Amino acid sequence: MRKTNALIQFFKDAIATAASGTVKYHLWMGCLTFLMILGTYAYSIQVRDGLVVTGMSDHISWGIYISNFTFLVGLAAAAVMLVLPSYILHDVDFHKAVLIGEGIAVAALFMCLAFVTVDLGGPHRAWHLIPKLGFFNWPASMLTWDVIVLNGYLLLNLAIPFYILFKHYRGQKPEPKKYLPFVVLSVFWAVGIHLVTAFLYAGLPARPFWHNALLGPRFLASAFAAGPAFIILVLGIIHSQTSYQIRDSIFKKLALITTVAAQINLIMLASELFVEFYQPTHHAESATYLFFGLGEHKGLVPWIWTAISLNLFATLALTLHKVRNQKIWLYLLCFLLFIAIWIEKGMGMVVPGFVPGPLGDVVDYSPSWVEICVTLGIWAMGMFLLSGLVKVAIAVETRQMALPTTH
Amino acid sequence: MVAKSIQKTKTWFKSLLGVDRDEPLAEKNFFDEGVAAVMDKPLDRRAALKQFIVGASIGTSLVQSACSPFSEEGNSEEAHLRWQEYFKKNYRLMTAEERKTTVTRLEKLGELKAGISQHIDTKDATKGVLFGYAFNISKCKGYMDCVSACAKENNLDRSSKMQYIRIFEMENGQTNLASANGAYYHEVPVEGHYYMGTQCFHCENPPCVDVCPVGATWKEDDGIVVIDYDWCIGCRYCQAACPYFGRRFNWATPEVPIAEINKDQHYLGNRLRKKGVMEKCTFCIQRSRDGKNPACVEACPTGARVFGNLLDPNSEIRYVIENKNVFRLKEDLGTEPKFWYFTD
Repeated sequence: MRKTNALIQFFKDAIATAASGTVKYHLWMGCLTFLMILGTYAYSIQVRDGLVVTGMSDHISWGIYISNFTFLVGLAAAAVMLVLPSYILHDVDFHKAVLIGEGIAVAALFMCLAFVTVDLGGPHRAWHLIPKLGFFNWPASMLTWDVIVLNGYLLLNLAIPFYILFKHYRGQKPEPKKYLPFVVLSVFWAVGIHLVTAFLYAGLPARPFWHNALLGPRFLASAFAAGPAFIILVLGIIHSQTSYQIRDSIFKKLALITTVAAQINLIMLASELFVEFYQPTHHAESATYLFFGLGEHKGLVPWIWTAISLNLFATLALTLHKVRNQKIWLYLLCFLLFIAIWIEKGMGMVVPGFVPGPLGDVVDYSPSWVEICVTLGIWAMGMFLLSGLVKVAIAVETRQMALPTTH
Repeated sequence: MVAKSIQKTKTWFKSLLGVDRDEPLAEKNFFDEGVAAVMDKPLDRRAALKQFIVGASIGTSLVQSACSPFSEEGNSEEAHLRWQEYFKKNYRLMTAEERKTTVTRLEKLGELKAGISQHIDTKDATKGVLFGYAFNISKCKGYMDCVSACAKENNLDRSSKMQYIRIFEMENGQTNLASANGAYYHEVPVEGHYYMGTQCFHCENPPCVDVCPVGATWKEDDGIVVIDYDWCIGCRYCQAACPYFGRRFNWATPEVPIAEINKDQHYLGNRLRKKGVMEKCTFCIQRSRDGKNPACVEACPTGARVFGNLLDPNSEIRYVIENKNVFRLKEDLGTEPKFWYFTD
């Protein structure tokens, strides 16, 4: 009974905490709300008229929605980078940052699910996916695997921080016995969600660009570069805007992880480019389209070269200790790397898979205003969620939000 | 009570958004009568979901205005039928009785909506039949009569000019479809060229079927790969998995002039589709299961198209495969298409 009351009190306090803050905070949340409303309006048009209002077609049947989905699965998986040392290796340094990482994972997963939903032609029929009630084509379809691992990962990342925060809220110490097994599980699970998402693509021999054993490992490498880079940025904002101080050593460790992952990612990129272009076959046409264009169709060329140059620059600069250890440079480079991987792994990975088509059709794709607004709306939703979660987590950890002691 | 609050929330959201496509009266009728009529039944899993959806629709009414299957204008009977349609099963899991019920409902809906009386068949595959197709590249002259016959027979969307069949104009000596002209518009045949048609090849080992997360597409016993249009959620994974560009998506609501609707339909074939679902060639299942040739075979003026039962040793298709030089597209992928090309 006392626990139930405490639980209700916890959620009340959490909502109150998330809904109060400085003018800056309210302004930020207000902007996000505006973007969410804009996205909802755009989505209402898509729902009314169908996916015809997007830039997609029978030739390029997945676009910016699925691109963002793929990227965000990586971001969610990257939370593991924090979980691993913090819980298992008892690295006290990381402990502070780990709740933030899990918050990022939760926000990223909500964005993933939203991106998949807006991509559906019949979202109101999505209940067909519910096992027993509908028809769950498991284990044949990799998409059903993805449904399982993403939802499982979401549960894990909601449950672990909730347990810890709720304990701290009540002024108790969390018992490692109760949550460590789940932490270990979530570490493996994180690798799983990203591999399974890569297998969605890699399992399609019809699309030579994706049908590639390196796709999975490359997904992981790029995720473990973009993920910690994003976490660094979020921690940077928390460090400068709140009383929750993040020690320098955490930034240094995260920066090192980011750098190494980005280097591995570059090696894999080089390996891919070599195979595609040393003796170009028919199967290299997608890569040719991506990097140089096919005939007059050059839709992705500016995107990918932006990504490659940002990626090269950021990785090389991060490799230099002197540069990496300067906060301002670190933030800038992390931002550039994040953008580079977003392009490379989003549009730069999904769209060329469709070009040329199975019968040789070459068609360009660019997102319509509806797609752009919906995409912005979903990102705003994710950031909104993240801001709220982080705010509550910090309030609990700094004991600003705690269960009032009763007698 | 619930219905009223739903109505209120909806009207408020709609006025906010300026999305005002729905007939308020029709919706009111739907919720007052349609829901009441089904809600009094004993609760099973499906019925429980219905109740849940009613509750959830208060929260989701923002998007409901256009995405729900219930909200287009119409009378309460239509609303009632749509409601029941929404909760039906995957066609493969339906009993014969349930198939009959849904067909009756669909036929009734057609009557209410467009005033047409269509006949929707549910005929199963015949034992000892495996359909196959052969295409004579020596004979085809690129007239594309097959393309228009297909569109008419299968009620294909006219506004996007959807085609299941594509004809490629190839230069003699070329074998690569990528360098062919798949969208020609000139007098045919052109000197020094040959023509090659593609459509769904009804693979024995179809990758599109494996990837579907909800089992909305499958291979029937007579080898035809079909889609349950009412079960498809529109994720388009099958379209990405098909190595032959055999599948088409309804990006918008398909349009067929009422006078041109082919009323002889099959549940898995040419019945009318809706926006947001996948469709494809079904070897004209509504015809082939009745022992007729697909529309494309019948329409071909040069006799380039051969269709028949691969298990019948005396069939023309067997003769072609056994006696002509045949090949299939992308055999290296192991999909085993049941569609052969041959020369005279």
